[in-house]
Amino acid sequence: MKRRTLLATAALGLSLAFGGAAHAQDKTKACFIYVGPIGDLGWSYQHHQGALAVQKEFGDKVELAWQESVPEGADAERVMTQMALGGCDIIFATSFGYMDQVNAVAKKFPNVKFEHATGFKRESPNVSTYNARFYEGRAVQGLIAGKMTKTNKIGYIGSFPIPEVVMGINAYYLQAKKVNPNVELSVVWAFTWFDPAKEADAAKAMIEQGVDVIAAHTDSTAPLAEAAKSGGKVIGFGQASDMADYKPSPRVSSIIDNWAPYYVKRVGQVMDGTWDQVDVWAGIKEGEVEIGEITDAIPAELKAEAEAMRDAIAAGTYHPFTGPIKKQDGSDWLAEGATAPDGDLLGMNFFVEGIKGDIPK
Amino acid sequence: MFGGIDPSLLIASLMMASVPILLAALGELVVEKAGVLNLGVEGMMIMGAICGFITAVETGSPMLGFLGGAVGGAALSLLFAVLTQVMQANQVASGLALTLFGIGFSSLLGQSYVGIKPPHLGAVPFGPLADIPFFGKVLFGHDLFVYLSIAAVAAIWAFLKYARGGLILRAVGESHDAAHALGYKVVRIRVLAIAFGGAMAGLGGAYLSLIRVPQWVDGITAGAGWIALAIVVFASWRPWRALLGAWLFGGITVLQLNLQAAQAGIPVEYLSMSPYVITILVLVLMSSGRGKTALNAPACLGQNFHAAR
Amino acid sequence: MLKLERRPTPSQFWSRATPVLAVALTVVAGGIMFALLGKNPFEAIRTIFWDPLFGEFAWYLRGQLMVKAGPLILIAVGLSLGFRAGIWNIGAEGQYIMGAIAGAALGLAVFPTENRLIFPAMVMAGALGGWAWAMIPAILKTRFNTNEILVSLMLVYVAQTVLAMASTGFLRNPEGAGFPGSRNFSGYEAARNGFLWEGAGLHWGGVMALATVVAAYVLLQRHILGFQIKLSGQAPRAARYAGVKPDRLVVLCLGVAGALAGMAGLFEVSGPAGQISIDFNSGYGFTAIIVAFLGRLNPVGILFAGLLMALTYIGGEMAATNLGLPSAAIQAFQGMLLFFLLACDLLTNFRIRLAKREAH
Repeated sequence: MKRRTLLATAALGLSLAFGGAAHAQDKTKACFIYVGPIGDLGWSYQHHQGALAVQKEFGDKVELAWQESVPEGADAERVMTQMALGGCDIIFATSFGYMDQVNAVAKKFPNVKFEHATGFKRESPNVSTYNARFYEGRAVQGLIAGKMTKTNKIGYIGSFPIPEVVMGINAYYLQAKKVNPNVELSVVWAFTWFDPAKEADAAKAMIEQGVDVIAAHTDSTAPLAEAAKSGGKVIGFGQASDMADYKPSPRVSSIIDNWAPYYVKRVGQVMDGTWDQVDVWAGIKEGEVEIGEITDAIPAELKAEAEAMRDAIAAGTYHPFTGPIKKQDGSDWLAEGATAPDGDLLGMNFFVEGIKGDIPK
Repeated sequence: MFGGIDPSLLIASLMMASVPILLAALGELVVEKAGVLNLGVEGMMIMGAICGFITAVETGSPMLGFLGGAVGGAALSLLFAVLTQVMQANQVASGLALTLFGIGFSSLLGQSYVGIKPPHLGAVPFGPLADIPFFGKVLFGHDLFVYLSIAAVAAIWAFLKYARGGLILRAVGESHDAAHALGYKVVRIRVLAIAFGGAMAGLGGAYLSLIRVPQWVDGITAGAGWIALAIVVFASWRPWRALLGAWLFGGITVLQLNLQAAQAGIPVEYLSMSPYVITILVLVLMSSGRGKTALNAPACLGQNFHAAR
Repeated sequence: MLKLERRPTPSQFWSRATPVLAVALTVVAGGIMFALLGKNPFEAIRTIFWDPLFGEFAWYLRGQLMVKAGPLILIAVGLSLGFRAGIWNIGAEGQYIMGAIAGAALGLAVFPTENRLIFPAMVMAGALGGWAWAMIPAILKTRFNTNEILVSLMLVYVAQTVLAMASTGFLRNPEGAGFPGSRNFSGYEAARNGFLWEGAGLHWGGVMALATVVAAYVLLQRHILGFQIKLSGQAPRAARYAGVKPDRLVVLCLGVAGALAGMAGLFEVSGPAGQISIDFNSGYGFTAIIVAFLGRLNPVGILFAGLLMALTYIGGEMAATNLGLPSAAIQAFQGMLLFFLLACDLLTNFRIRLAKREAH
């Protein structure tokens, strides 16, 4: 027993020394770990599209490996360790919940690069974090929602009350309110990332309440399918992927998570040895957040306006969170003309003034 | 009522929302009445969901899709039947294995069907009846399967209560040894019941992927099969109470989402656990009132039968 | 025609040989499935069954086997007592969650005090949390005659909502910039459930699981309580004549199962998982039911069944990453393995005879 332990420790030490790249080969090995099935057509699906883009870009020079449906926690740590041991040169961990595991494994394999989506911890130099400014897309949706609603009731299906989602709700509401002061927002928390039947029920409940524009921060197309049953009265947006099947209505536009440019760039950097630690929060400008085609179901004028906003955000001339903005309780948040610091946004746990209801605690 | 919740819409959507769990629960009810505990409802439902979806997409007919779903669910349930009735395997473990296998296998089958829209099945045309205030929406605005599921409740109730077949089925569930001694083919009856349960679960799954959601995604049932199992217990093995249970559960699920959307001011976390808590509470009330209802379980539930000679 | 004949006593030989036979059959059937998916079946099977134990990285993966099997065994042993007595607790997942929350809450409440008693106290709190959650179906069952299958199952979903509340609300890391999830225990020495030695794969949860196996074995073989449990399962009426109080047994079996599941949750949250998060639970409570029955409700059997399940998980992960097998195929493969294991059990209790067709 003792002896084997000793050997194991020695082997671990050895792998530390060589950074696990015992399988040194000509090919660069890029590995991906997903929290859901790649068939979810939402979050994990889009990350996998990014992975496939890497393969397409570099062809034979890269080798892909991935693992779907990895629960956060011990399983993630083991899968990443296996990947590192198995010769992966760069590992993309594509869920917030992998954060502590990424950092733990990264410490043991200093020569393997780790990329963690939506996280903020970079405890060793081989860990980078990256995220997308989805709120930029939400602002464009808010504009469309505010103008398109006839009942002045717009809806948002939230998954969990985390900053990422709260930020989206605020951006959506602020923009809608700006163009339509009478607008009321109704938020339904589904307490799930993925449960098509429940998402459909949530959409249905909102439609029955008179809501006629629905945005969702859950991953399935169920809310759109529900909206489709209204016969054109209710519109919605694609989330994570384009959900083009529901064009031209109810899906009038979409937010597409396009990870491909970032993945291609970072794998390329590993290949030519220029990879360094970064903390990227990219948006429309970098192409990481794409606004899917705005369909003819909305007036040409509004379409042009929405596209102009998209371009202004991309150009950096417009920030969706520009003061004056007050918090829900009436206290000041942003002064006139001030834009929200990234730190405030990333930890956002309050609604802006005008939204009814509480964030579940 | 809170905000703008329209009771007629609420009732109409709870009827629709509870169809999958009702269908699956009715199937399981018959299976359990025959003395077999099949915990694989989730697996059979999801097989029904994908088989129904594939059939509907390939043939373009939603009705054939439902048939495909029933066949898919029944096919998987026959695996369970072979294990438990022929190979004498443990029913609880076999059922859970069925769920594991069903979820995995359905995902394999469905790989090329992700993101496709299935053919549409509309509401049954009742013409002017649908325009009657209140009742029009509640009674005459649904698709065929809402009515079929309620008809199934009545049919199963009548079958179990009055038909000779129902009597035999119950006898097998209450005492397989006695039924065997009377010359009934215990295994054959149970296999038929299991297949029926699988077909019903498959229909429930197909309803999810073809009407309720409607699309195919991995893990689409998201636990509906487990709820169906709970409904059978809730109903203490009576069909009409299964309907009540499904409507109660579906109703509270729909209501809590409506209350959220209507900004009723009740904390969301309590709303989202309410369907489960209220189902428990109602069952407690019902079972404490009469004392013995929970003992209504078929006496041979979960026990395997082997004819000694 | 083939005919089954019940053996007077289960066959010793076949009870050992069937698992081997079942694995062999699974290898054939699974191999065919993998081949149909366009993968090399030999490589896939080797990756799943051989590599985690004897492959290049076995020194790491063998330890992981125990990390994965520990909670399964711990929960399954607790459940098996109830299942033997005919008490159907299928809500271990909820008890696991509540144990983790209770234990973690205690640890986080005293952060950053360093004291040797903190971890043992957390284990107690975890057991207590799981126990309390299991007491709900137990009391409803004994007081109101409410079916425990429904109550324990429904409480899983309630526990999941509480978990979401904990990670976005009352247990959220105050230094986590508003992100969901509690503080990580890996940085908190007094509350950490680390490996007993570096790279061991064995943490206190694993030790506890092994101890529980032994304790349950002794209980069932030597103690009057074990006898009562077995008796109530096999002959409830006889048990009542023998002086067994059914209510006491319900409270006891659910309580033990809940406490063990709660402890498993605590060991997981303070060790391998590290923190309370929205998706903290990953189905151990449900998988443990399979493990319990696969082990024929016998503590030693459960030990092996837990290890076998863990092996397919870990080997399956490797096959998925290295060979690009979809994780769904692994799930289906696990299902197949279970089918064969359950089916082959037939040989233990029955003899297959060639018999002449007789008129019925």
